[in-house]
Amino acid sequence: MTLRLEGLGKEFVPGLPVLEGIDLTVEPGGFVCVVGASGSGKSTLLSLIAGLTRPTAGRVLLDGQEVTGPGPERGLVFQTASLYPWRTVAGNVAFGLEAMGMPRARRDARVAGLLDEVGLRHLAGALPGRLSGGQQQRVAIARALACSPRVLLLDEPFGALDVQTKEDMQVFVRQVWRDVGTTVIMVTHDVEEAVFLGRRVIVLSCDPGRVARDLAVDLPADRTLADKRSTAFLALRVEVEDLVRAEHRAHQARV
Amino acid sequence: MTPHPAATQAGETADQKPDPVTGPDPGPVTGPVTGPVGDTATGPVDGGATGLAPPRPGRRIRPLSGSVTARTAWTLRALSVLGPLAAWWALSASGAVNPAFLPSPAAVWDAGVRMAVSGDLWSDLAASLGRIGLGFLLAVLISVPLGFTMGALPWAQALLEPIVGLLRYLPASAFIPLLIIWLGIGEASKVALLVLGVVFFNTLMTADVVRRVPRRLLEVSATLGAGRPRVAARVVFPYALPGIIDAMRVNAAAAWNFVVVAELIAATSGLGYRITRAQRFLQTDRIFAILVVIGLIGLTIDVTLRLLRARVGRWSA
Repeated sequence: MTLRLEGLGKEFVPGLPVLEGIDLTVEPGGFVCVVGASGSGKSTLLSLIAGLTRPTAGRVLLDGQEVTGPGPERGLVFQTASLYPWRTVAGNVAFGLEAMGMPRARRDARVAGLLDEVGLRHLAGALPGRLSGGQQQRVAIARALACSPRVLLLDEPFGALDVQTKEDMQVFVRQVWRDVGTTVIMVTHDVEEAVFLGRRVIVLSCDPGRVARDLAVDLPADRTLADKRSTAFLALRVEVEDLVRAEHRAHQARV
Repeated sequence: MTPHPAATQAGETADQKPDPVTGPDPGPVTGPVTGPVGDTATGPVDGGATGLAPPRPGRRIRPLSGSVTARTAWTLRALSVLGPLAAWWALSASGAVNPAFLPSPAAVWDAGVRMAVSGDLWSDLAASLGRIGLGFLLAVLISVPLGFTMGALPWAQALLEPIVGLLRYLPASAFIPLLIIWLGIGEASKVALLVLGVVFFNTLMTADVVRRVPRRLLEVSATLGAGRPRVAARVVFPYALPGIIDAMRVNAAAAWNFVVVAELIAATSGLGYRITRAQRFLQTDRIFAILVVIGLIGLTIDVTLRLLRARVGRWSA
């Protein structure tokens, strides 16, 4: 699977592009983190890849095929778990499989396997309202993974979590990515998170959002939380932070 | 103008203000540092800034978020019913009001029992309940799909909301003469009045509930491969159902009112008809008894729909 963005641009108000001239190729199995200050259009970028928003310029190509609408091969997870509150955890994970028309027995087996993967098998029958924020996000990720997406799109998935839970979820999502092998594109405003998770970090500029920097993360593939204190990690983090801060300042000065 | 960098620059280079904590009280470190120093530091500064007297420290602020104990709540609930009942009893027992105008609770009870024994009460009750059953069912069958469509599809909203919003303001009771001309004085005109009185409100309220389904939920559903019919049936409908039942509950009260109104005007059966008959013979005790029955039936409808909503909407609790 190769995801290509070609000259991608979006204007909600004519003459005021939110995103402009985004050219990007994501290699199969990659983990790309997109960072940028508020107003850089990073969520819009994800929405365009998901097919929920139509670009006003350029196009999104998945294996050479133009994306024209949403579909299960591009799974999406939002910041606040948009779970179906009346469905159990298992029922939530099963939603996409039902839409696919997968027979009951195979569906149940797949849901059970996914709940094992995200460590929530014991909560299969619980309603989302009873879960913690981190557990809800695990369900949302399992639900997106159920459809075997070629790309998993994460829109600030841990932005609403407390710091400790957030770190647990970072380790978790890295583990899932290594187990499942799907391509992940994650939008975040947390630079540390981006550098820790990504094999590649894209920094977006503001007004309009463009690719300001495309950095490869030269850190070991097996990362633990302790790596957040290594000199290589900190150097990269500082570099990205300075870029994002400069964009933020420039954006503030314009508004 | 670049306010932000400039401001931070200034902040970093300017002389540090004397720390309010360590400044005036350099003495005992072990003493109560924050308490008194904090008071003297904030008090005059605030007063100077607003031009008002400093806030009195002991002032008790009661937030408007207090709750009552379960016991108090139940006492007040009992009082809410028993209070007016006691007042009624006291007023009629005092002899200040002619019993022909205000019968005693005991007389009303007797009248109710007499009607129950003669069977009139049951046949009238059955007639009224039959009308609300049929009329409300029709109203729901029309308004829920209509409101759902309006709430889910912007074009349907644009097409229907102006006319439904307008019709809602026409009082259904004003249609009674027209309905009698069109449909006669039989069952049809009574059921039609009920439908007219309920259908527009319920449509708009259903549409509102449907519109409140979070956009994120609809977007996620699309990325999971669910098309519009599936999203409508498996996402929007279950999400909106508790709210739809809430709307039905509110409008069921109106429906029950319209049944009685329709029966007051032209009918040969029903609780409203029984009231007009009693009026002819100045049987106020019967009128009161029927009003009590009407109230109790209304309460039963309300409680039933509340229970249904609690059951359907367990997840939203």
